[in-house]
Amino acid sequence: MIRGATRSVACLALVLAGVGTSRGQEPDRSGPPELGQPPRLDLPDIQRFSLPNGLPVLLMESHRVPVVEVALVIRVGAVDEPAGKAGLASMTAAMLDEGAGTRTALEIADAVDFLGASLQTSSDHHTTVVTLHAPLSKLADALPVFADVALRPTFPDEELERLRAERLTALLQWRDEPRAIAAAAFAAALYGTGHPYGLPTLGTATSVAGLASQDLRDFHARAHPGMATLIVVGAVTRAAVEPLLAAALGDWDPGTASAGSLLPAPQVEAREIWIVDKPGAAQSEIRIGRIGADRLTEDYHEIVVMNTILGGSFASRLNQSLREERGYTYGAFSGFDFRPGRGPFVAQAAIQTAVTDSALAVFLREISAILGRVPDAELQRAKNYTALGYPQSFETVAATADAMTEIALYDLPLDTLDRFIDEILAVTAEDVERVARKYLDPERVAIVVVGDRSVIEPGIRALNLGTVHSLTIADVLGPAPQLDEGHTRR
Amino acid sequence: MRPVLLAILGCLSLAGATPAQDVRIEVPYTRFTLPNGLTVLLHEDHSIPMVSVNVWYHVGSGREVPGRTGFAHLFEHIMFEGSGHVPEGQFDLLLEAAGGDNNGSTNPDRTNYWENVPSNALELALFLESDRMGFLLDAMSPATVDGQRDVVKNERRQSYENRPYGMATILLGENLYPEGHPYRWPTIGYMDDLTTASYEDVVDFYQRYYGPNNASLAIAGDIDVEATRSLVETWFSDVPTGRSVPPVDPPAAAIDGERRIVLEDKVQLPRLYACWLTPARYVPGDAELDILASVLAGGKNSRLYKRLVYELQVAQDVSAFQQSGALGSRFCIVTTARSGHDLVELETVVQEEIERLVREGPTEREVQRAINQYEAAFLDGLERIGGFGGKADRLNGYLFSTGNPDWFQEDLMRYRALEPSDIQAAATTYLDEHRVILSVVPEGRPDLAAAREVS
Repeated sequence: MIRGATRSVACLALVLAGVGTSRGQEPDRSGPPELGQPPRLDLPDIQRFSLPNGLPVLLMESHRVPVVEVALVIRVGAVDEPAGKAGLASMTAAMLDEGAGTRTALEIADAVDFLGASLQTSSDHHTTVVTLHAPLSKLADALPVFADVALRPTFPDEELERLRAERLTALLQWRDEPRAIAAAAFAAALYGTGHPYGLPTLGTATSVAGLASQDLRDFHARAHPGMATLIVVGAVTRAAVEPLLAAALGDWDPGTASAGSLLPAPQVEAREIWIVDKPGAAQSEIRIGRIGADRLTEDYHEIVVMNTILGGSFASRLNQSLREERGYTYGAFSGFDFRPGRGPFVAQAAIQTAVTDSALAVFLREISAILGRVPDAELQRAKNYTALGYPQSFETVAATADAMTEIALYDLPLDTLDRFIDEILAVTAEDVERVARKYLDPERVAIVVVGDRSVIEPGIRALNLGTVHSLTIADVLGPAPQLDEGHTRR
Repeated sequence: MRPVLLAILGCLSLAGATPAQDVRIEVPYTRFTLPNGLTVLLHEDHSIPMVSVNVWYHVGSGREVPGRTGFAHLFEHIMFEGSGHVPEGQFDLLLEAAGGDNNGSTNPDRTNYWENVPSNALELALFLESDRMGFLLDAMSPATVDGQRDVVKNERRQSYENRPYGMATILLGENLYPEGHPYRWPTIGYMDDLTTASYEDVVDFYQRYYGPNNASLAIAGDIDVEATRSLVETWFSDVPTGRSVPPVDPPAAAIDGERRIVLEDKVQLPRLYACWLTPARYVPGDAELDILASVLAGGKNSRLYKRLVYELQVAQDVSAFQQSGALGSRFCIVTTARSGHDLVELETVVQEEIERLVREGPTEREVQRAINQYEAAFLDGLERIGGFGGKADRLNGYLFSTGNPDWFQEDLMRYRALEPSDIQAAATTYLDEHRVILSVVPEGRPDLAAAREVS
């Protein structure tokens, strides 16, 4: 499967024979050295057990460095927000460590920082996650704080007002960020603002202004052990860590879990272009794509390989065409965002303003070209890059916990990570062609360009790609958020 | 070597009976030097089946001359475009086909490169690194320079020109350092200088700075030390030694009093930068200023975060950092105003908190909290083998700065030794009126700047 796999025995023998004898020997530079058999990735088993209240735990022991990662993954996110409450999930997550149990926001931060630990709260469309990273020696002290933050937040009004002003200011600052504008415009173009995937998870100025602490309490109350998983990675055994976890999280009320449902979004059926004006911009932020696939699609590994060829690595077609061959950009890439529902496929780059139209043509040409048969060498390279580089995903406890999250989120078999390499290596050229034709279509894509409209619009129109819409930043992000400027704590 | 570390770690109990302070942070290594002058460091870590090959060239943008700024970084890009026995484009293709990743970076002091590969592809990485170290010019042409010139110009547009506040760091360098000082110009370079860079510059720079005697090679990960040593000796044996490189001889840097500058930018909110010149990396004062940065702006309980962001809510964010360099460092405080607030307001609070630290010093707990976070960060550092900041990269970094690749424990000890009075002394000595105050304000709003004198 890689060059020289069948010659591995000879190669190894050469290395061994070389010890002490080949020093100073002239290297053979007539070609790249032959490689031996790639090493197997031998991950420790994932141990699954439940705390007395039913909270499932996935544990992977990793004893090389005395640190531990603990992540509580709760399957509640932005898709579960009531209508008009965009940003509620992320605000709830952000408020978890702003007062919990008997501690204030400052006391929580002081306790965690003093332990040399880090405690993060986050949310996205489908999850709310509380993550603790700590030296092993501080785990027992940090877990009770972690549990308070996850299970017993107090949502003080005063802190909510503070975070609301912070959030509204962040939304104001998006107006300066071409990438943030492009992301918002692209999501809306694909899904429409009536679908949760079409809205920013941070919410809008209007929805954020309307969030009340009772909304946050109600939203947090939806979380129960039945819709959560605790992921633990690090220098602990089950025997040592299970009692600590039970003491910290075992009294979480089992309750009744309720799962939200996600409406399907209609696929992009025409090619339309949205130009968002950013006067004076030195580059145009380009996003091209359509609705992609969900994580549980049977095409998952085939799509991963296909995307690696198109725009998933440095040597991918998009980066070679747009960066290495033409120098239009510092980097071009593409990706499928796999989610429980069908997330977006996007190809993107920041392009020098003067060549924006030329770059669009190249993007579309590459998306067309990937619909044809991929040469064997390119397929092998993409498969090897993805599969043989996979062990790097397990360099740290944090990265390992991250990789395990999809097992929790999608209820995947415990050997999913172990099987990944073989699944990727089994993908064929026919598979790549099939999924490219199934998921990509250069005639049916949304194209968003955030740039200096006066300079780029004539060239884009001349390409005759489809309907061209002109937008302002306010069209994309709404009117500038108004802040109560007088608010202070003192 | 590895069992030594494991034995110590094995003593740690889950309940924390052994204080973290007793953990010795070490990265055992084997060191040797090739006849051509290349220093080699090998470190075994079999936790995952990958190897990181990491090369530092002891040259950065500080070696450039005015009119040719940005060249060290442009040269870094050119290093991936092929060499004597590696046709253009093959560097990435070969590595990706083996499951490898690679990257490089340039700063004023040095340029580093790494390949993270499955352990069976170690020899491929050695072939590629040795070939560009020894035979780069065989594959160079003016067209190579042109191609990467456009890419680097787009990197500058993406990371500086088209980014809010992106031009601030460039302006700070120009105002902190005198004419001719290696830290005065930005590593990314000026656009006109990038336009001027030529093929002849590539030849000259390579011959001047890219010899094995001005570099070091660190390999960490799933390796056998003896076999790897043999492979290194083979692959780098035909790399000719380079010219000897004289030490950098910078003009003295000092800010004559206070310098106030205002930059109008396409931003919604004004941002204040206050910067001082401070002691070089690992020189006394450097660690003190790291801890001072934590006391001022690390976490919710830090002095400036708590007042500006948490209590008064006049700022959206605040950060403080000691950016350490071989020839000297800069200490900066950066804070962004909320709507309706100007930078005079923010600077007043910044100044009050500096003066309070100078007068009273930090508390025991503030300093210990910051040290504990450094302590934990050193532990985390042992997890990463490759990439930027992984163990291979850090072995090369410590070698470059101290001559001792396994300087992890000594580095940590710099922090452990600090007392509140040391932090107070650093604030007193360094955060004085010799500083640069940069106000970045929305276009047409110079009235929001911290241009007035603040007493």
